[in-house]
Amino acid sequence: MDFLFIIQQSLSSAIGVNTIIFALAAIGLNMHFGYTGLLNFGQAGFLAVGAYTTAVLVVSFDFSLWAALGMSILASVLFALLLGVPTLRLRADYLAIVTIAAAEIVRQIARSATFNDTLGGSDGITGKFGKAYFDLNPFKEGLETPILRFSPNDLWVVITGWLLVAAVLGFMWLIVNSPWGRVLKAIREDEEAVRSIGKNVYLYKMQSLILGGVIGSLGGAVYALSRQSVQPDNYSTFLTFFAYTVLILGGAARVFSPVIGSMIFWFLLVFVEQVLRQAVAENYIPDWLINANQVSQVRFMLVGLGLMLLMVFRPQGIFGDKKELALDARA
Amino acid sequence: MRSATRSKSATRSSSRPLFELLRRGVVILALAFLTPLFLSSHASAEEVTTFGGTVLDSEKKPLEGVVLTVRDTTNQLGTVTTDAQGRWTYSVDKTGNYWVKLDVNTLPSGQGLTEGAGEEKKVIVFSLGKTLTVLFPIGEGAERVSTFDRTMQLVVDGAILGLVIALAALGLNLVFGTTGLTNFAHGEMLTLGGLLAYFFSAVVGLPVIAAIPVAILAAAFIGGFLQDRFLWKPLRRRGTGLIAMLVVSIGFAILVRYFFLFIFGGDTRQLPQYAGQEGLTFGPVSITPKSIITTSIGIILLILATLWLLRTQMGKASRAVADNPALASASGVEVERVIRAVWILSAILASFAGMMITVNQGVSFLMGQDNLLLIFAAVTLGGLGTANGAVVGSLVIGLFIQLSTLVIPTELKYVGALFVLIVILLVRPQGILGKKDRVG
Repeated sequence: MDFLFIIQQSLSSAIGVNTIIFALAAIGLNMHFGYTGLLNFGQAGFLAVGAYTTAVLVVSFDFSLWAALGMSILASVLFALLLGVPTLRLRADYLAIVTIAAAEIVRQIARSATFNDTLGGSDGITGKFGKAYFDLNPFKEGLETPILRFSPNDLWVVITGWLLVAAVLGFMWLIVNSPWGRVLKAIREDEEAVRSIGKNVYLYKMQSLILGGVIGSLGGAVYALSRQSVQPDNYSTFLTFFAYTVLILGGAARVFSPVIGSMIFWFLLVFVEQVLRQAVAENYIPDWLINANQVSQVRFMLVGLGLMLLMVFRPQGIFGDKKELALDARA
Repeated sequence: MRSATRSKSATRSSSRPLFELLRRGVVILALAFLTPLFLSSHASAEEVTTFGGTVLDSEKKPLEGVVLTVRDTTNQLGTVTTDAQGRWTYSVDKTGNYWVKLDVNTLPSGQGLTEGAGEEKKVIVFSLGKTLTVLFPIGEGAERVSTFDRTMQLVVDGAILGLVIALAALGLNLVFGTTGLTNFAHGEMLTLGGLLAYFFSAVVGLPVIAAIPVAILAAAFIGGFLQDRFLWKPLRRRGTGLIAMLVVSIGFAILVRYFFLFIFGGDTRQLPQYAGQEGLTFGPVSITPKSIITTSIGIILLILATLWLLRTQMGKASRAVADNPALASASGVEVERVIRAVWILSAILASFAGMMITVNQGVSFLMGQDNLLLIFAAVTLGGLGTANGAVVGSLVIGLFIQLSTLVIPTELKYVGALFVLIVILLVRPQGILGKKDRVG
C-alpha cells in the first residue's frame, strides 16, 4: 500500500475546499441547532441559494462577481424570511419537515427543465463566473509536497476560504458571547421562561435563522466559486445530513467545533476510502466481498453508522459539553 | 452554448466530491467518474450493458410515465417506465440484438413520435460493460385525449398514489404517536418491502401473488420486530432524547440506503412476472390488472389496520399509549408490548406500500428516499400523530400531485405538493385533522 499517497490525499482533504464548505454549512447549523435549538433540515437550501444566486447573476444577468456575491447574501436573507415566517412558531419536528421540504423545492426547481434557460436544468451552470476572483490569484504554481497537494486555483480557494472561515468564527465568537447570544441559548433551554421575561422569542429565532442561513450561503458561494459550476444535485438532503454529522462530530454549541468536525470528517472520509480502495485493488479484501465500485458505498454506510453511534454514545461530540445539548422536542 | 457545456460534463465530473452525484440513474456512472485514478469509466461490477435514454416532449420537457418494452429475438424481456426526469434504463447481461419499443399510448395527448421515427428501435450489444443511449424523438402529435378523460385518469392515479402514501404514513404516524420518534428511516421500510418482494419473486422464483405475503412476513420480522428489538428499544431504555433519536434515524437511513445499494446495485428493476401487462380500459380510465389487485390488497390492509386500532384490545391500548404513556402504563397497559405491535404493524403497512410501487413501477434503492418527503408531507398535512389524519393527508397529497400536472409541468409536481404543505401549515399549523393543542 502507498501510505504516503493515502496520507497526502487525506491531509489535503482535511484542510481542503470541501472542509471549508462543510465548516461554513455547519457553523450556520451551529447557530440554528447548537445555540437556538432550531431543527433546520434545509441548510442545503441555503447553500443552493448562495451558489445559484452567485452563478446565475454573473452568467445570465451580467452582474459583476462582487455584486453577485452581495446579492447572494441578500437572497439567503430573503429565503430565511420565507422559511421562518410560517415555521418558527411550530414545534421543532414540524420545523424539521418544513425546512427539508423547502430545500427540496429549491433543488427541484433548480434542476427542472422548465427553468432550463436561467438555472441550467439538471446539468446546472458551468462558466467562468469566478474569473474576477481567480484573476486575483497570485499563485502561478500549486503546492506539491509529500503530505499536501493543491493545484494553483485550489491553493487560492483554500487560503481565502480559511480567511473567510476565520472571520466568520470571530463573528460567531463575539455574538454568542454577547447578551444577544445568551438569549438564544436561553430560548434553546426554555422558550417559555424567555417569553416570561418579555423577550420576543419569535424575533430572536428569526434573527438566528437569518444569520445561520447567511453563513451557510457563504459556504454555497465557496462551493460554486471553487468549482466554477453549480449542480442542483449537489444540494440534496445529503448535504444537510452530512453537515449535521460534521456539527455533531465536533460538538454542537461550541464556536470552533464545526471546523474541527469538518476536518475530521473529511480526513476520515478520504482516508477510509483510499485505504479500502487500495486494499481492494491489491486483493487484501476479496472481490466477492467488496469490489472497486462498492468502496464509496461502504464508506457512506460507515458515515451513517458513525452518525448513529455518535448520537447514542457521545451526543456532545468531541468538544461539546453534554449540558449544552439537553434539547428535546417534547419537553 | 448549452450544448457546449453539456459535452464537457464528463470531464467536469471527475473533480466533484463523492457525495454529490448520488441520484437515480447516474449512480453507476457517477461512481465510476468520481474515481478516475482507479477505474475506467466503463468498468461495471456485474458485466452488464445498460441502455437507456431520456424521453423529452416537443418542448424538450421530460415525460414521466412513458412505457418502453424491451425484447430480444424471441421473448419480451420486460418493461420500464420513465421517471420524473424522463429517464429510463434497462440492463442486459448477454450480447446480442435487442429491440426497445415505445408505447405511444402512454405519451400525453398532443405528443407523438416524429415522422420517420419508428416506435421500435434496434439495439445491438457487441460487448458487455457499456452504456448505450437510445433516443426516441418526439414532436407534436395528434390530440387524442380530452381534458375530462385525462382528469379522470389522473384522479384514479392520484387515489392509488394516495393509498401508497397512506399505507406508509399510517405506520409512521403510529410510531410517532406511541414513541415520539420522527423516523427519517421510514422510507427505507418501503425499499425493504420492495427488495424482499423482488427477492422472493425474481430470485427465489415464487409467483408474485405468493411472494408478496412471504415478503410481508419477512418485512414484519426484519423491519418491525428486529428493528425495534435491537435498535429503538435499547435507545428508549437508555432514555435517549427525541431529537437524538431523530438524528439516529437519519444515520440509520443513510446506513440502510447504502447497504441496499451495496447489495442490490443502482438499477431500477422490474418483477419479471407481469412486467409488460396490458392495461384494462374502463371508460376513460386505463388501469393494469396488477394495479387493481395490489390496490385492492392495499385498501384491505388499510381497513384491517383501522379496525385493529379501533376494535382490538391492543389497538385501543396503542391509542392510550399515544395519549399518555405514563397513565397507560399505570392503568395496566404493557407499553413496550404495545410499541412492539405498533412497529410490526408499521412495517407491514410500509413494506406493502413499497411492494405496490415495486409491482407497478419497479424497485430501486432510492425508492424510500424518493417517497419519504411525500410521506412526511401527508403526515404533517393530516396532523402529526393522528391516525385518520395520515390517511386524509395522503389522499390530498396523492390527488394533488397527479391533478396538478394538468396545470404545471410533470417534473414539478412534487414541488407543488411540498409547497401546498407549507401553505397549509401557515393557515392551519396543526394539520387538517390535528388537535390545536398539539402545537407548541
